[in-house]
Amino acid sequence: MALSYLRSSSSRSANFLKPLSSAASLRRPISTDTTPITVETSVPFTSHQCEAPSRSVETNPSELLTFFRDMALMRRMEIAADSLYKAKLIRGFCHLYDGQEAVAVGMEAAITKKDCIITAYRDHCIFIGRGGTLLEVFAELMGRQAGCSKGKGGSMHFYKKDSNFYGGHGIVGAQVPLGCGLAFAQKYSKDETVTFALYGDGAANQGQLFEALNISALWDLPAILVCENNHYGMGTAEWRAAKSPAYYKRGDYVPGLKVDGMDALAVKQACKFAKEHALKNGPIILEMDTYRYHGHSMSDPGSTYRTRDEISGVRQERDPIERVRKLILSHDLATEKELKDIEKEVRKEVDDAIAQAKESPMPEPSELFSNVYAKSLGVESFGADRKEVRATLA
Amino acid sequence: MAAIFQGVGAAAALSSLPSNSFDSNKSVFSPRRSFSVRKGASFAVVRSDGTVNLNPKGRRTQQLIPNAVATKADSAAASSSSKPGHELLLFEALLEGLEEEMERDPRVCVMGEDVGHYGGSYKVTKGLAKKFGDLRVLDTPIAENSFTGMGIGAAMTGLRPVVEGMNMGFLLLAFNQISNNCGMLHYTSGGQFTIPIVIRGPGGVGRQLGAEHSQRLESYFQSIPGIQMVACSTPYNAKGLMKAAIRSENPVILFEHVLLYNLKERIPDEDYICNLEEAEMVRPGEHVTILTYSRMRYHVMQAAKTLVNKGYDPEVIDIRSLKPFDLYTIGNSVKKTHRVLIVEECMRTGGIGASLTAAITENFNDYLDAPIVCLSSQDVPTPYAGTLEEVTVVQPAQIVTAVEQLCQ
Repeated sequence: MALSYLRSSSSRSANFLKPLSSAASLRRPISTDTTPITVETSVPFTSHQCEAPSRSVETNPSELLTFFRDMALMRRMEIAADSLYKAKLIRGFCHLYDGQEAVAVGMEAAITKKDCIITAYRDHCIFIGRGGTLLEVFAELMGRQAGCSKGKGGSMHFYKKDSNFYGGHGIVGAQVPLGCGLAFAQKYSKDETVTFALYGDGAANQGQLFEALNISALWDLPAILVCENNHYGMGTAEWRAAKSPAYYKRGDYVPGLKVDGMDALAVKQACKFAKEHALKNGPIILEMDTYRYHGHSMSDPGSTYRTRDEISGVRQERDPIERVRKLILSHDLATEKELKDIEKEVRKEVDDAIAQAKESPMPEPSELFSNVYAKSLGVESFGADRKEVRATLA
Repeated sequence: MAAIFQGVGAAAALSSLPSNSFDSNKSVFSPRRSFSVRKGASFAVVRSDGTVNLNPKGRRTQQLIPNAVATKADSAAASSSSKPGHELLLFEALLEGLEEEMERDPRVCVMGEDVGHYGGSYKVTKGLAKKFGDLRVLDTPIAENSFTGMGIGAAMTGLRPVVEGMNMGFLLLAFNQISNNCGMLHYTSGGQFTIPIVIRGPGGVGRQLGAEHSQRLESYFQSIPGIQMVACSTPYNAKGLMKAAIRSENPVILFEHVLLYNLKERIPDEDYICNLEEAEMVRPGEHVTILTYSRMRYHVMQAAKTLVNKGYDPEVIDIRSLKPFDLYTIGNSVKKTHRVLIVEECMRTGGIGASLTAAITENFNDYLDAPIVCLSSQDVPTPYAGTLEEVTVVQPAQIVTAVEQLCQ
């Protein structure tokens, strides 16, 4: 079923790469150009209990090039993480996001840094989207001090408080109630901001999701639940795990929207729509139809439960970076060479960051005990006879 | 801070020395002073009939609680006007503490089942919804996992939620959220987020409530890194611990007991908090250190009455802080008496007593004259039948026997 959908969308997509409004063929300076361009999304949105937004998305050359650059950076970062893992510099669990980059960049384009994002363990690219640096990513993956969590979190625990990125969670589904709590805090403080709580098709079957959705709908919280449906919950295909794989409909009384998650512009449109909706009417579910090229994590080859043909098929027909590249080229916003240069630049950036991260030291042994507790009311905990400080609640 | 409050009734112990209860009840900590000062201290015990006893060292007839669930206020009339402070029941003390903190800090909110319009199943949140509104006192659906998770998510942004489990046992459904997100987020985020949440609720063995509603969750939560656990036992420390827990930047789990909600005590009018990491010296003594907390404190005090009549001098400490243990107070006591009896309501296996035994043995082995005795509840689901339930928990007679054996 999943494969037939992929095949049919490809024939339609070719028609919509032609621009609807003509762009001048003169070469303009591309990096800051904000002349609006309207592009149609690959497929129309499917909606549940609400009116779907329009297929025509407003964008501009600057944004498209930013999309390209950001996605290329994320792609390169994830592939580099793959090599580092195989070189045993990254240990434990490493869940890679390549193939799904459009969700991260599309979402960022629609919101501000005051809106909150919370996701599960496939968080490297969302962290970058929120403003994290490559150095922080690689250092954290390698367990070094320069990492965003000082090396104590690891791949599944990236956080960036100042840009409202709340992680980074290892237990499937547990981040959704947290996300609804963030939305509650936003409503409490009357911020006029929203929270995007991301989860996967595997987590969509968790009970706590429905509990949190019920409470959010009851209390009218500005919570947007985003199901990144890459069709496989680790090794189990969605049709084997969910009686109803229409995740956007699962909210029942909560409206939902199904989006082509490989199309960054569609993601952007959907997120914009969702933000407006959530601020007025409470929670909404977005289902991003996306795909991951790697296996579930580095310990999963990813080919025992799906065919290589399927993977390469999606890569050829729906790859998010290729889509944006074709868009840029067909609108004459940059030449092939310029795009290739961007990719080379990005590659170098990633390599530099890895080299820098490798130089960052491992955490000090005393860091084992720091940040277990917050410094609270100035308490220090002494040893049994008060002579030595066994643990400072720092 | 010391408390020689004997709980129910209007007895309040004052001391003429500066190193005493009321001074250290200010809302900032005072450094802990050595307890050796206490030995020569002169106490003035104001008793409920109004007589004042100076230096009662020789007599030691303090007011002891005859049973663990005290509902009758004694001599209320005689005591109300002349003494400082005001009298109230334990659940009212919790309510007072909560209300004061909510007034003080607009970020404090309460979440739980039936806490709002219903007023709380044990009336701890009575009247708050009317006063503070529906956005600050939130009635949740019966979904512990998610509303605890939501409380933690809200705490990550800086709100200070107080999450109530209608019965502590229900919080088992939220164990993942409490363990992974509440306890560990401060660490795994490298210090970026603090989780200033308070999770509270009644637990413990009640009156024939059945196995599932008589659980002691302190034994399950004690290993979670990053949280603090406290157990209140008197109206005074209930209010103090509630306030301190709300003000703390760390996640605190406050264990109340179903049978202690109607205890009455006179508490000070002024603002005060109790130190979250400190144990309470209930009754100083010489022969044996009895460590206890929550409801078992009252069984111990009842046994202490019998023990005193038999000529023993037990030192009773309410440990209050279940995580981390106040090894300072406990250690000083062990160094003095050399014998330890732990009386707890947890089950024998993996309970607070088991951890406390290990901690004391590790740190104070040289000071012990006898092996530590730990009296805990039986390792069984709490039966419904009253006679069986009584045998499940530790009774005062068993405590007396244990002390006699320990002090041979």
